[in-house]
Amino acid sequence: MTEMVHGAIPVASSDPIIPRWWRTLDSWSMSAVFMLFAVGILLGLAASPPLAAKNGFEPFHYVQRQGVFGGLALVAMIITSMMSPSVVRRLAVIGFFCAFIALLFLPIFGTDFGKGATRWYSLGFASVQPSEFLKPGFIVFAAWLLASAQEINGPPGRVYSFAVAMVIAFLLAMQPDFGQAALVLFGWGVMYFVAGAPMLLLVCMAGLVILAGSVAYSQSEHFARRIDGFLATDVDPTTQLGYATNAIREGGLFGTGVGEGQVKWSLPDAHTDFIIAVAAEEYGMVLVFFIIALYATVVVRSFMRLMRERDPFIRLAGTGLAAMFGVQAMINMGVAVRLLPAKGMTLPFVSYGGSSLIAGGIAVGMLLAFTRTRPQGEIGDILKGRTR
Amino acid sequence: MTRVPLRPLARIIGARAAGENPDLIERENIRQRHEVMRDKARQMAEGRLLVLGALFICGFVLIGARMSLLAVSEPQEPRTIASSTTITAQRADIVDRNGRVLATNFDTHSLYVHPQDLIDREGTAKQLAAIFPDLDEAELLKDFSGKRKFLWIKRRISPEQQQAVHDIGDPGVLFGPREMRLYPNGPLAAHILGGVQFGREDVATAEILGVAGVEKFFDDYLRDPAHGGAPLELSIDLSVQAAVERVLYGGMRLLNAKGAAAVLMDAHTGEVVSLASVPDFDPNNRPRPLTEGDQADSPLFNRAVQGVYELGSAFKIFTVAQGMELGLLNPETPINTSRPLKWGKFEIGEFQNKNYGPTLTASKVIEKSSNVGTARIALDIGIKRQKEFLGALGFLEPTSIEMVEAPTGKPLLPPNWSELSAMTISYGHGISTSPLHLAAGYASLLNGGTRVNPTLLKQKTRIQGERIVRPEVSAAARTMLRKVVTQGTASFGDVQGYAVGGKTGTADKPRPQGGYYKDRTITTFATVFPTHDPKYVLVVTLDEPIETSGTKPRRTAGWTAVPVAAELIQRVAPLLGLRPEVEPGVLESVTLASSN
Repeated sequence: MTEMVHGAIPVASSDPIIPRWWRTLDSWSMSAVFMLFAVGILLGLAASPPLAAKNGFEPFHYVQRQGVFGGLALVAMIITSMMSPSVVRRLAVIGFFCAFIALLFLPIFGTDFGKGATRWYSLGFASVQPSEFLKPGFIVFAAWLLASAQEINGPPGRVYSFAVAMVIAFLLAMQPDFGQAALVLFGWGVMYFVAGAPMLLLVCMAGLVILAGSVAYSQSEHFARRIDGFLATDVDPTTQLGYATNAIREGGLFGTGVGEGQVKWSLPDAHTDFIIAVAAEEYGMVLVFFIIALYATVVVRSFMRLMRERDPFIRLAGTGLAAMFGVQAMINMGVAVRLLPAKGMTLPFVSYGGSSLIAGGIAVGMLLAFTRTRPQGEIGDILKGRTR
Repeated sequence: MTRVPLRPLARIIGARAAGENPDLIERENIRQRHEVMRDKARQMAEGRLLVLGALFICGFVLIGARMSLLAVSEPQEPRTIASSTTITAQRADIVDRNGRVLATNFDTHSLYVHPQDLIDREGTAKQLAAIFPDLDEAELLKDFSGKRKFLWIKRRISPEQQQAVHDIGDPGVLFGPREMRLYPNGPLAAHILGGVQFGREDVATAEILGVAGVEKFFDDYLRDPAHGGAPLELSIDLSVQAAVERVLYGGMRLLNAKGAAAVLMDAHTGEVVSLASVPDFDPNNRPRPLTEGDQADSPLFNRAVQGVYELGSAFKIFTVAQGMELGLLNPETPINTSRPLKWGKFEIGEFQNKNYGPTLTASKVIEKSSNVGTARIALDIGIKRQKEFLGALGFLEPTSIEMVEAPTGKPLLPPNWSELSAMTISYGHGISTSPLHLAAGYASLLNGGTRVNPTLLKQKTRIQGERIVRPEVSAAARTMLRKVVTQGTASFGDVQGYAVGGKTGTADKPRPQGGYYKDRTITTFATVFPTHDPKYVLVVTLDEPIETSGTKPRRTAGWTAVPVAAELIQRVAPLLGLRPEVEPGVLESVTLASSN
């Protein structure tokens, strides 16, 4: 027996990393993300040549860039999803502080690319928007604080995380980037809701948000113009929204056909904010429904898996990331159909974008890491005879 | 705060007694409490996650449903005009009293360029410059190559030009529909109509705004869609207007005058049948106002309405008529005309230093045009009554004619209406009025004695104005005026069959720097015809006329304004439907033949 043990090759105690990753991963969600990326490339082939022509590039310049950044984003997603929740938490919190500092220095070193809001760092070959990286980092950090507040003798994490959320929202609103600010507050609110917010407080919060919105409306011209455009009963067909609405009408159920769309020629943001209009025009409602189904798959499946999760931190962080992902898609599409006021929000993985794509990949990677199946003490429950 | 039951404490006391570490027990207690809390939190989170998931599904379904609704609705044509205020380009026509068109609209096109859509910039610039000689090729090319995305080339182009531009075939060259104001009679009635210009404009349409004359005065009316495009009916008679302008222009040229004006007015209603001022202009291509010099020299200047002149002896009839109205005199009353009439250091004399003897009857004062006689009558009337009378005839304020220029024809009155002023005003000096004022005054005095206000609108009913003088006085004044033509200074004005009566007026032109020119006159002939049944009043004014057929140049009204007015009446009276009346023949010369 001894020779069999002594000098034997060490064998891992559990199964290898990749099979275990694949076995525990929410592969449906990951497939949905891959498909979204594929749809994004498909639409980019249609939507970006006009822009490339305008900027003097070869027709598929932006598709190539999207392919490169998308590839990097998917790699980042897979690597992140392989990490254990504690590693994810550690890296995300470090990343959060880096991004926060970057956000602080944005007014000094950032550029606005002539769009009226200083949101980017220009790196020459690409631009980086720190708020894109800040969002997932903040979610993880806030989830950690909220979860620690649930420990007996834990820190007052709710107050701390709320303070952090407010500071970030304030910094973003100063850029001005009300969309991201609202998204950060929304992410925190969702986590707080799941962490057990009292109902009365939720109602008060809703009132506060409305108040803040009206203050922003009366104070910021940038904000007021967009709201006014939304509230106008008759959409002016020469505005972006007018073009988008017309494109959706032109498309109908099955679309005008590949490459037959017109809206990409009129809309400057056809490849980013209004990509759903291009999808609706060229491929019709069929593709739009498919895209919506993909987003719903990721969000709902993540929620289902998180319902079984016993670790409060993982549950909260996962909830926040999934909600952010879903809401960003919803806002983008809601703007195109005029359910929401115009807001520069990209469609995750579908819209063209460099650093935001990678940030999105990391965020979804974290989500996948959190939703992996892991022992939840069910055996212990059974042994102890507890039922839920 | 959940209360921890006492039993664990009992356990700790027991453990202490047994020598065990009580921290372990406390930690165990905390662990158990924690587990319970965690289970509770998880159960709540499960419910809330379920709610959240449901909300998200609702959101996605809502967006999908909304997008489907949009997708099945009909696509909308993009509209060009997005502004909230639409421009109404419909402008009503203007017609004369018989319904003949004076101003109408014409569909034409404007020409503009979207330089970014141009395929061949150089070629387009070259061909446009060839079609429109006033455009510069280099300038156009510069504009096309700049950053501008929209460029007006021409506000109005003719159909021929449009076809030529169309044949260039460049997609960046575009036409916008334009409604254009057209005056089909060219310069006829130019001063009355005035003109238009484009106001706000965009690609699809443009606003047409009146800039002068009736077009501006009735701008709101003409543009008001509520009138349903009903034309504006003027009192002008187009054929009469044409004849008047023709004769007036001829008279101006023959008599070497700088300008001339004529007003032909219905004596009872005040309707202006013709109003002309030469030189004139074409309202289809309205000239620019003068930037220097006297605006009165511009063809845009309306001498009949805007020009205020000392109209001279034509005013005498007002003085005599007022004397008759006040009972101070009758046509046969002898008036002291002995000269000189001294007033302070001023001396009033007669025209060309004539001498009419010690007395003249009132009728002869008018006939001979005696300054001294009228001045003496004015002294009897007095300042106050003279002022009131002239005010009642409308000489003290601008005319109320429906033209924007009317207020600029404000009479010039003596700043201090002294007795000397009263005397000079009695023969038409020291007061400057427009020919239109004079026509309205004549009409009011001679139509039977009721006030008329000049109007350019066709009147449907005759409104009796306030009484100025008794009908007998009016009739007597007409008889005097008739005598001026038959026996007096206006003998050239006797048009066979129309019983013309009138009064001449010759006034030296004032120098701008003060005093009067010796060799520049304003001559006026104010007439009423027929005198036994007054129908029309005509005032003809010539600016600096010279009659050169004689040995000496003649500048009096009798040689200048009167023949022009006579020619006018000759031409115009038949057009007005007046039949010439055969003068009662001399009975003795008629041989009555009888068959038996």
